[in-house]
Amino acid sequence: MERRYDRQILLPEIGEEGQRKLARARVLLVGCGGLGAPIATYLTAAGVGTLGLMDDDKVSLTNMQRQVLFTEGQVGLGKVACAALRLRQLNSEVAIREYPCRLALDNADTNISEYDIVVDGTDNAASRYLISDVCQRLGKPYVYGSICGLEGQVAVLCKGRATYRTLFPDAPLNTDKHVVGVTPAVVGSVEASQVIQLICGYGESLVDRLWTIDLRTMQSFIINL
Amino acid sequence: MTEIRINGKTAETEAATLLELAKELGLPERGVALAIDGRLARRELWAATALREGSEVIIVKAAYGG
Repeated sequence: MERRYDRQILLPEIGEEGQRKLARARVLLVGCGGLGAPIATYLTAAGVGTLGLMDDDKVSLTNMQRQVLFTEGQVGLGKVACAALRLRQLNSEVAIREYPCRLALDNADTNISEYDIVVDGTDNAASRYLISDVCQRLGKPYVYGSICGLEGQVAVLCKGRATYRTLFPDAPLNTDKHVVGVTPAVVGSVEASQVIQLICGYGESLVDRLWTIDLRTMQSFIINL
Repeated sequence: MTEIRINGKTAETEAATLLELAKELGLPERGVALAIDGRLARRELWAATALREGSEVIIVKAAYGG
């Protein structure tokens, strides 16, 4: 009999034990935009037990070139509800929890404490400082990712020594709007990969290390934090 | 002049430290991380971090998008 996860259970890095770990894992995705689309899709497909989706935004036409979870007919609707609908169709075994709100000082501790790992789909430095501060305090790994144009970066923070403040102690609270869809596809997939790796415990993850990619040149670096 | 590598490309600099290099390159005062020889150098250490022949410097600009 064919089973849903057969192909990944064949991997020695995952196996039956890794699949059980995935099924028990609780992951909170903050931000359901360009990065969030591949992160949510691949974590749902891989069979994480619980996936929390947090975003207060609505689907817009300018999202469509990268936020591939949504359909044209969903423009104007809440992103979390639309994403949850699609993800439940992809894998009904995953408990998808909806948080149609922003992560804020007054809800971050409560929400993050219910999860094992927080993964970054946000689009601004203020949210990243907040996630990092709360994850550091609660001892939760923070899989950080961000993009700008054709460049991106990923690190696993708040598990070793490094936090977002180690990397950028004084980032201006800007936002980057210019992007082509493949950038969050690459970077979000690496974030999802790091989450799966942390859950299953194989290889050498990006704990205290920053990975960067420039899609113009395919030049990539890893920096110890 | 010291020959170093910046983001993988060979470059010549008159800077003796990371801080001088940051000024020479006109890097913004916020939202930039510098690594030397594979390790992040905290900003407060830039002035004390010497550049040598063959030093590998990586400039990482903060990215905010998602």
